[in-house]
Amino acid sequence: MTTKKRKITINAEPEGWPMDYRELNKKIRKAIRDGYTHLILQNVKGQRFIGAGIKEPVTIEIFGDAGLDLGVFSEGITAIVHGCSEYLLGNTLNAGELIVYGDSWDVTGMGARGGRIFVMGNGGSRIGIHMKEFKDKKPVIVYGGTVKQYCGEYMAGGMIVVLGLDFGDAIADRKKPVEREDIDPNKVKDIIDEKIVQSDLCGGIHGGTVYIRGDVPDHSLGVYAIKDEFTQEDKEILAPIIERFCELFNVPVDLIWKKKFTKITPVSSRPFGKVYTYTPI
Amino acid sequence: MKIQDKVMPRFKVEIDLDTCNKCGRCAVNCTFDVIDFNRSEDKPVVTNTGNCVACQRCAVFCPTDAITIQEYPVVYAPHGTWTPWHRRGVCEQARTGAVLLTGLGTDRIYPTIFDSLLWDACQVTNPSIDALREPVETRTFLGRKPKKLNIREINGEFELDEIYPNKLLSTPLIIGHMSLGSISYNGHTAMLRAVNQVGTLFGTGEGGLHPDHAPFRNNIIAEIASGRFGVCPDYLNAAALEIKIGQGAKPGHGGQLPGEKVTQLISDTRGIPIGTDALSPNPQHDIYSIEDLKTLIAALHEATEYKVPVGVKIAAVNNVAAIASGIVHADADFITVDGFRAGTGAAPRVVRDNTGIPIELAIASVDQHLTNEGIRHKVTLIAGGSLRSSSDLIKILALGADVGMIGTAALIAMGCKVCQQCTTGKCAWGIATGDPIIGQRIDLDWATNRLINLFNSWTSDLDEVLGIMGIDAVESFVGNRDRLRYIGPNPAEAKILDVKHAGSRIEVGGE
Repeated sequence: MTTKKRKITINAEPEGWPMDYRELNKKIRKAIRDGYTHLILQNVKGQRFIGAGIKEPVTIEIFGDAGLDLGVFSEGITAIVHGCSEYLLGNTLNAGELIVYGDSWDVTGMGARGGRIFVMGNGGSRIGIHMKEFKDKKPVIVYGGTVKQYCGEYMAGGMIVVLGLDFGDAIADRKKPVEREDIDPNKVKDIIDEKIVQSDLCGGIHGGTVYIRGDVPDHSLGVYAIKDEFTQEDKEILAPIIERFCELFNVPVDLIWKKKFTKITPVSSRPFGKVYTYTPI
Repeated sequence: MKIQDKVMPRFKVEIDLDTCNKCGRCAVNCTFDVIDFNRSEDKPVVTNTGNCVACQRCAVFCPTDAITIQEYPVVYAPHGTWTPWHRRGVCEQARTGAVLLTGLGTDRIYPTIFDSLLWDACQVTNPSIDALREPVETRTFLGRKPKKLNIREINGEFELDEIYPNKLLSTPLIIGHMSLGSISYNGHTAMLRAVNQVGTLFGTGEGGLHPDHAPFRNNIIAEIASGRFGVCPDYLNAAALEIKIGQGAKPGHGGQLPGEKVTQLISDTRGIPIGTDALSPNPQHDIYSIEDLKTLIAALHEATEYKVPVGVKIAAVNNVAAIASGIVHADADFITVDGFRAGTGAAPRVVRDNTGIPIELAIASVDQHLTNEGIRHKVTLIAGGSLRSSSDLIKILALGADVGMIGTAALIAMGCKVCQQCTTGKCAWGIATGDPIIGQRIDLDWATNRLINLFNSWTSDLDEVLGIMGIDAVESFVGNRDRLRYIGPNPAEAKILDVKHAGSRIEVGGE
């Protein structure tokens, strides 16, 4: 039996150039096998598949920018990125928490089956596509900034929250990896002159909920998505998630609730039920 | 429904009450509400012959063989263009305004190229092998092969370069992907037990992994499809992983398991709530290019620490050879090509009957293309799409597949009568149903044995044929198109297959 060791630091750029992702992931897996529970990766420059398929409840702290597929297929890791993350963050995520102090672009949380993803900044297209929920496993994606087209497409469960916050002035030095303490809570403000979500929002949704902080024009909604009333019950569901976001990114909770949320839900859980006929001919 | 909406029944069920012993089994066994047992008059009654699909359940289970099923004797006025099939289709769509959904492989009559091929045997100049007494190797390996083996000698010990993960198959035949949900629990379990005993693989489709099936994980090809149902680290711990891009019965189409089929069992296995539609989108939304595919393959390799072969399944479509080449360049360890006659649990009829190309042409084209590019060794080619007999299997191997894949043949072994009602989930034989009670109609031991028998007899057939050709290992036979001859009507086919016409002489000094 190995005893639980705490921290280990892995330099992803030991010889002046970025280490190959295979080598880095090998080192990560070895450290986990050796019993370390808190891995600190320094100088990460887009290495892919960090934390792929790992089910041990370890914390992986990444300084730099994470590459494609961070936390893909994983079940229970905590990944904290002090920088940005490329496409496919939390692809088919099963459990755990992925936190990004920056932007994370397209297809975040694709097919996620559980876990939570918190992104401080903006996202690209197809955020949370085909997420699903089952019993106590409800994936949650929270974006601090804006997202683009097809957010929540084919969604079958879970929750996506887009807050429309601007961290632009709140971080003094953008060149070094961002940590919680670098964010000035008084300088976080609402985005006003930019769309928070774009077209085809929740096209083909048949489960789950999307909360957008602010108004959503009807023409932005995709097929089978409708706007629903944001009730006190929704606020109670959302509250712990908002609190966690504010705690992570040093944002005053009051600021979030100053603006009204729009709730988007599916028309039915069987959107395509009437398209087909089964009669044998 | 107006009376004009009515179409005449397809089949007529008759019970001969003189021989009937009034046991009522027919009424109990019919899942399509055709036969009822009238208790007051103590006899079975055909109440709705229009529902009959000719699955033969009642007839087979009748102890006195009193039941006959025949085509309904009300004829359509003959017409060469407007066949009854077309007339019925128009009527149904005019009534419902919906897409016709159907099951199994296409029921349209298309020429089967397998039937245009014959194979060679040894005569005089080279001796055949007596397969009953001399060994013929039928084992094969699934996975990427190195171009050459580097063997080093270090202090008298021999050391081999690290080779790619490969999975040993006792016979070049696997059962293709069928998910729990499209197939009943008993049907699924029987297939897993059979491949486990035979030493080959079964693709479990996009249905997740049922906890009871975990002991069979070394015989499971786990599928990563667009819905990602049940995909977690534990699920990835399988014999092989397969990214499903397409399936032969419905290329380009995803899948819909309708809400009424999502029962407790399916809900637990797939990880979705009871009664919701399980929708698999048509494309995988993280794969829009070969580069994206390469990323997902790499992610799966990483997640399994490079210990499991990762493959890609595609439907046989027009550009299948170029697509397969792209897949090899994306680092896949095996490619499954599914021909257009392949079966399905449910597909729009218009897609099933008209999309794709025959597996014979597809696999010959892929094999030649990859060979010409010098990358054929990098992948194992699996081919499926209505392999009806061992001869189809042997011909597909000669055309370039390393491994054959069956689906419908395995179902027929378990009692399927090819009535094509998989879509409805009402299968009276307990195969393509989610109903937990009807699903128990498959006797596990019996079905397992039948499947094992099928594998064993096809493997023996393969032994026999390799023997008469004088080839002692199936891996030497793969892609051996020179041992085939074409007797069909179409020289263009033979050219694409790269098979000579029967009677062609080998010309000395080239052609």
